[in-house]
Amino acid sequence: MLFRNVRPTVTERSPQLEEALGPGSPIVVFDKVCLAFDDKVILDEVSFTLIKGHTKIFLGASGAGKSTILKLILGLLKPDSGVIWVNGERIEDMTEEEMMRVRMDLGMVFQEGALFDSLTVRENVGYKLWEEMKQPLDQVNQRVEEVLGFIGLADFIDRMPSELSGGQRRRVAIARAMAAKPRILLYDEPTTGLDPITSITVDEEIIKLRDLEEISSIVVTHQLRDAFYVSDHEAVKTPRGIEFVKAGDDKRAEAEFLMLNNGKVHFEGTSDELKASTDPYLRSFLS
Amino acid sequence: MIEWTKAALLELQEYLRLVAATSRALVTRPYYFRDIVEQFQAIGLGSMTVVLLTGTFTGMVLALQSGITLDQFGARSMVGRLVSASMVKELGPVLTALMVTGRVGSGIAAELGSMMVTDQISALRALGTDPIRKLVLPRVLAGVIMVPVLTIIADAIGMVGAWIIALTQLKVASSVFWNSVVLGLFIQDVWMGLIKPFFLGFAIVTIACHVGLRTTGGTQGVGRATTNAVVAASVVVLGVDFLLTKLLFVLMY
Repeated sequence: MLFRNVRPTVTERSPQLEEALGPGSPIVVFDKVCLAFDDKVILDEVSFTLIKGHTKIFLGASGAGKSTILKLILGLLKPDSGVIWVNGERIEDMTEEEMMRVRMDLGMVFQEGALFDSLTVRENVGYKLWEEMKQPLDQVNQRVEEVLGFIGLADFIDRMPSELSGGQRRRVAIARAMAAKPRILLYDEPTTGLDPITSITVDEEIIKLRDLEEISSIVVTHQLRDAFYVSDHEAVKTPRGIEFVKAGDDKRAEAEFLMLNNGKVHFEGTSDELKASTDPYLRSFLS
Repeated sequence: MIEWTKAALLELQEYLRLVAATSRALVTRPYYFRDIVEQFQAIGLGSMTVVLLTGTFTGMVLALQSGITLDQFGARSMVGRLVSASMVKELGPVLTALMVTGRVGSGIAAELGSMMVTDQISALRALGTDPIRKLVLPRVLAGVIMVPVLTIIADAIGMVGAWIIALTQLKVASSVFWNSVVLGLFIQDVWMGLIKPFFLGFAIVTIACHVGLRTTGGTQGVGRATTNAVVAASVVVLGVDFLLTKLLFVLMY
């Protein structure tokens, strides 16, 4: 049919599916996912489950396949075998057009931010709302100002990305990813190349989104300090504003670590289990 | 040799997939009208200066050279006929296409290549935008429509350049020159000069988009992609020009 509209929209779900995807339900599932580029095996029967509202932190050496997992969730790559569920939909065989619908409920923070050079901070953050969701301009501006205020960059709204520091670029990328209120946020090395103080501000944005906006998140990193900061802290609203305190046992249990080694899942568990592990590979990674 | 052939076939397959996806994007919504207008401006208006200069100097040098040759046969007054036929049928379309390749083809490959290596294309897809609809289709539409328009302008300004030389250097009267220009053109020539740029514009922009979207290897890769896009598009322009000329001769003359 000529001139049919293929603009993606968020899928309307049945009440039964909404209930099945309620608190405590799996929101991302990998089942025996394999991927190889020519002869090089990237992922070898990788399986894991992300529970709604929880955080999964992927650790591993460079080239271990951490970022590949995020690209598979987004449908930017297709697995050779295995099953991937995202938000209640099987995505491994979906076409690009069908994936556009799934992506409407996902946010991704790329390495280095991947902000659009030719657009201002305002245009970058409001891109999805304006271009894809066709929201009215005043509504877009209101949401952009809200999310930039949330990450503390309201004064930078009309700057170009080239005028921002590395940390500010990452935070704008987080604002862009969260602007359309996705249920899942994916972070690809969000703190790599940043100084420790700036890294903490980025970590705190991740914690705030998880604890205050109830967004399920997958964080890929090889920065252990940041990984443990995200798993061991929680954001609480106080009369003085938002504060970051040591997480309680329940909260810490919601952040799970997953270590990849040679394309396989080498370890899966909480931060306490990771710290207590005597596995030689984990010890060498942690030391 | 086998590896080279496999790589070439893969490249051709990916190019044809891009063309198919662009065709699909042409007949299905959504359209990004702002980007389409922007590309018409960037490719059309942006290339005007270079096309005007190229057209003028080509017309001038053609008149100068052909004037000297025609003098040997005492046919200096026929200079308009020779210039108009050459410009409209061949030099206008080909030189405009080559100029657009240098200016627009390189720009598209560099821009899309940079977006590839900095993950901006992946970010577009992650935000729910199809890069073919947002980036490729507007450029292809602008190339297909604006290259013929630029060619007409190059033809016209080339003739004006030739007239200036005929008048000032060759001492051919204006009325004789313009009369000769009209006599030298047949309707088939005009059609040939108008049909070819559509195909050349399409080839330039699709090749540049294809090369840009397959860029890998950081800033060095962007440089390589830009060079490849210009070289490939230039060669294809000359090859397509030959094939189209041959085909149109069979069909129209």
